[in-house]
Amino acid sequence: MIVPFQQICKHTGATLEFAYLNNNFELDMNDFKKKLTKNTKIVGISSVSNVLGTKNDVNSIIKMAHEVGAKVVVDITQSIAHQKFDVTKTDADFVVFSGHKMYAPMGIGVLFGKEELLEAMPPFLLGGDMIEYVYEQYATFAPLPQKFEAGTQNVGGAVGLKTAIEFLENIGYEKINEIEEDLTKYARTELKKLKFVDCYFTSNHRHHQNVLSFNVKGVHPHDVSSILDTKGVFVRSGNHCAQPLLRSLGIDSTCRASLSIYNTREDIDKLCEALKFVHEMFKKQKNS
Amino acid sequence: MDLNSIYTSLVMEHGANSPHKHEIKDATHQKHGHNPSCGDDITLFVKIENGKIQDAGFTGVGCAISQASTSIMIETLLGKTIEEAKKIIDIFVKMIDRKPISSEEKKLLKNARVFENIKQMPARVKCALLAWKTLQLSLDEN
Repeated sequence: MIVPFQQICKHTGATLEFAYLNNNFELDMNDFKKKLTKNTKIVGISSVSNVLGTKNDVNSIIKMAHEVGAKVVVDITQSIAHQKFDVTKTDADFVVFSGHKMYAPMGIGVLFGKEELLEAMPPFLLGGDMIEYVYEQYATFAPLPQKFEAGTQNVGGAVGLKTAIEFLENIGYEKINEIEEDLTKYARTELKKLKFVDCYFTSNHRHHQNVLSFNVKGVHPHDVSSILDTKGVFVRSGNHCAQPLLRSLGIDSTCRASLSIYNTREDIDKLCEALKFVHEMFKKQKNS
Repeated sequence: MDLNSIYTSLVMEHGANSPHKHEIKDATHQKHGHNPSCGDDITLFVKIENGKIQDAGFTGVGCAISQASTSIMIETLLGKTIEEAKKIIDIFVKMIDRKPISSEEKKLLKNARVFENIKQMPARVKCALLAWKTLQLSLDEN
């Protein structure tokens, strides 16, 4: 979200502000309130942080933003496969998500927007099917949603996304939450037991959803993830497309374990065993 | 994939305790290189006199592979002429790129041969190449 917002500010002369974290890896709501003014036009927020797993209080943010006349864009990519988001109940102006974090193919996503806002917006991508009539010197544009869907579509991705939605609906959020809440709680406890691991997540398990960022002290995340790979454990490592967030925490990169309905407590045990192996491997080196 | 074929004792030693991890005060060449996607960030210092690499060092942070590769590169290229160094860099890049290299070319790599198995771990190729590409740029620029 940050990079498009930077471009918008460049074009419009607006300024980009940030609300920062408190010491518990959660959004500092007082900082947000302080920075939200009647001049605020757009507020962008993720429902859940893809780095910290922190659940944001999106409903309160939307309410406060609307009180000053600002529109809200909510990115639910990290949460859509794990918790229900009802656009009619939240009154969000725009909601976006990618398919690849909800078991759909890559290269497909969704933009939801309030109709009057989408009607007021000009097309950003030009090409076939988003036009109505084309003359030599001007064209008229198709109605929603085609206005924003130029060119040949990613049909395979769309079919895959529909199937993924049905897959999740068949399981149901209640079952998903039951499995994942237990796993997340277990993972939090087990990771915190490892003294050689730095954990980057909130102390409040109720605000923590399914991803856990951590580092093995003194070992670069890339080395950790490569070695874990050889042990059959797969985590992501790097800056997770969130350089400003990590920079604000004073770190470069982290390892990130994502839990899902197909994971078990044994997987978490395997992760911890593998982390102990990494620690021993590099400890031996230091002492030699 | 055998962990020990990549994280060999040589790589671990160079990654943790490199004898070349320091600035060179009278360096003739200084070049910064980094992998933005993962945070490997190094600065190379090279002192070239009479067309030869007389001294070299580096500072910076990164994964064990990138740190070890930087250190081993310096060890391999110390005392070499610019032409020899450029040739060895080419051979190293070819090796990582899975292009065939002759046994004579392999000999020139000396300890840098230890990174031969990085080609089995595509995600780490950039880590192993960082220092070599950075030095290549620096030598080409001057």
